[in-house]
Amino acid sequence: MSDYKSGSNLEKVLKSGTFAFTGECGPPQGANIDVLKKKAQHLKGCVDAVNVTDNQTAVVRMSSWAASLFLIQEGLEPNYQMVCRDRNRLAMQSDILGAYAHGIRNMLCLSGDHQKFGNHPGSKNVFDIDSMQLINMVKNMRDEGKFQNGQEIDVPPKIFIGAASNPFGDPTEFRPYRLAKKINAGADFIQTQSIYNMDRFRKFMKQVVDMGLHEKCYILAGITPMKSVGMARYMASQVPGMDVPESLIKRLKGAGKGKVAEEGIKFAIEQIEEFKEMEGVAGVHLMAIEWEHRVPEIAERAGMLPRPKID
Amino acid sequence: MIVAEPKPIKEILEMVRDYKKILVVGCKGCVTVCNVGGAKEVGILASTLRIAARKDNREIEVGEHTLERQCDPEYVDELKDIIDKYDAVISIACGVGPQFLSERYPEKRIFPGVNTKFMGGAVEHGIWAERCAGCGTCVIHYFGGLCPIARCSKSLMNGPCGGSAGGKCEVSKDIDCVWDMIVKKLMKEGRLDDLLKFRPPKDWTTARDGGPRRLVREELVK
Ligand code: SF4
Ligand code: SF4
Repeated sequence: MSDYKSGSNLEKVLKSGTFAFTGECGPPQGANIDVLKKKAQHLKGCVDAVNVTDNQTAVVRMSSWAASLFLIQEGLEPNYQMVCRDRNRLAMQSDILGAYAHGIRNMLCLSGDHQKFGNHPGSKNVFDIDSMQLINMVKNMRDEGKFQNGQEIDVPPKIFIGAASNPFGDPTEFRPYRLAKKINAGADFIQTQSIYNMDRFRKFMKQVVDMGLHEKCYILAGITPMKSVGMARYMASQVPGMDVPESLIKRLKGAGKGKVAEEGIKFAIEQIEEFKEMEGVAGVHLMAIEWEHRVPEIAERAGMLPRPKID
Repeated sequence: MIVAEPKPIKEILEMVRDYKKILVVGCKGCVTVCNVGGAKEVGILASTLRIAARKDNREIEVGEHTLERQCDPEYVDELKDIIDKYDAVISIACGVGPQFLSERYPEKRIFPGVNTKFMGGAVEHGIWAERCAGCGTCVIHYFGGLCPIARCSKSLMNGPCGGSAGGKCEVSKDIDCVWDMIVKKLMKEGRLDDLLKFRPPKDWTTARDGGPRRLVREELVK
């Protein structure tokens, strides 16, 4: 038991060598708990942990830690996301302490989308520290029991530390090194950006494996099933750092009317099957945005059920 | 230099609508170089004010004066003999100018005639870009001489975010991703080790976060 850094379910699953499966859930744009609970029910039993986004795309939603607590009540394990855009180091550390005290054990440390993309573009951003420094701060809080200023913490938060990696961001040649840097800063697991270009991802993973990074941390491959040709087009052209190959758009188009979503799910399942075999990939992170009700089916068809219970 | 742009003329006219004697004060420093607040622009703004008044059948008197620098009490003093003739002053220096004028001539109404934008320079004729955010502890030598604090939209210290695409920042295609430049430059120079070094959280006390700043150079204080 004491071998664990945090003792979270996600950490136990990954450490056991089981192919992990995480999901995602966006908190409501309001205090509507019923919506959140409904989403949670779809994901329950299908995933090892659920990412709870933090004002994703800079749109105001219920706070990530508050929504995470509701997930705990619903019997799910949250992966509490935190971005550097909205909080300085004081607010971050106090939120981490509160989250931990309430039972949150996983965190995903992110820079955050710029506020220009969201619904309060006139806001001021913070960026007191960056995602690398956030990772390192959480690690020092956990392992050294110290605040960022070096002061001692009375009962340090034991958090399993996650970070993101975008294999398709530019400059491409630097991406594996940036991943290495995040691992050195303290990341225990990585969730990647949504993958559509499998060729590029295979190359990325080969380099990651050659560098031995997969032995120092768990890498979860990111998947977002395409619901429509429009969505694929939008992702291809409007989301910076996303790579959607033309061949995929063609394939979705070719599925014909009413069958595009099924084709999107088929592609996602094929991806999961390949990731299971791919060296260095420890699991899959499924970001089925506003499609939580399809997760049980995807999990079932991809052979991800039942999820393991590890004590 | 400090880069500024003219305020919309409508806004200026609105500001000084109730005044009959207006002095427009320019500055021969940065704002002359970026073509917004020098003697030439003083002349243009003064004529515009006169024409606008004539159109509305209003009598006004507009004076013109350009100081060596508005951020220096010695030069600001120069206005003492003429400023009494006017009841409003429009400064078209950077944001420092109208404040120095207000401090020296507290009884006058002083208006800003430009919007002060940033510290930067001209990258092309007619195009200026930001280079420094005045953080108070310069560290650009870690980053190949490029400043991620001022030039990365998220002031990242440890590498590009996931939104960097094709050399451009996720915020806009008009913004170059400075991290793309830093990475490419250092990799070309074989300085991958420098890129992999963890840069700890910055101490922002020397930046604006430490409160309004003041600099004392003992050896220069009389
Ligand atoms: S590091 Fe600070 S002082 Fe140096 S250029 Fe950047 S903002 Fe200016
Ligand atoms: S795209 Fe580049 S400049 Fe823009 S926020 Fe990301 S790293 Fe900074």
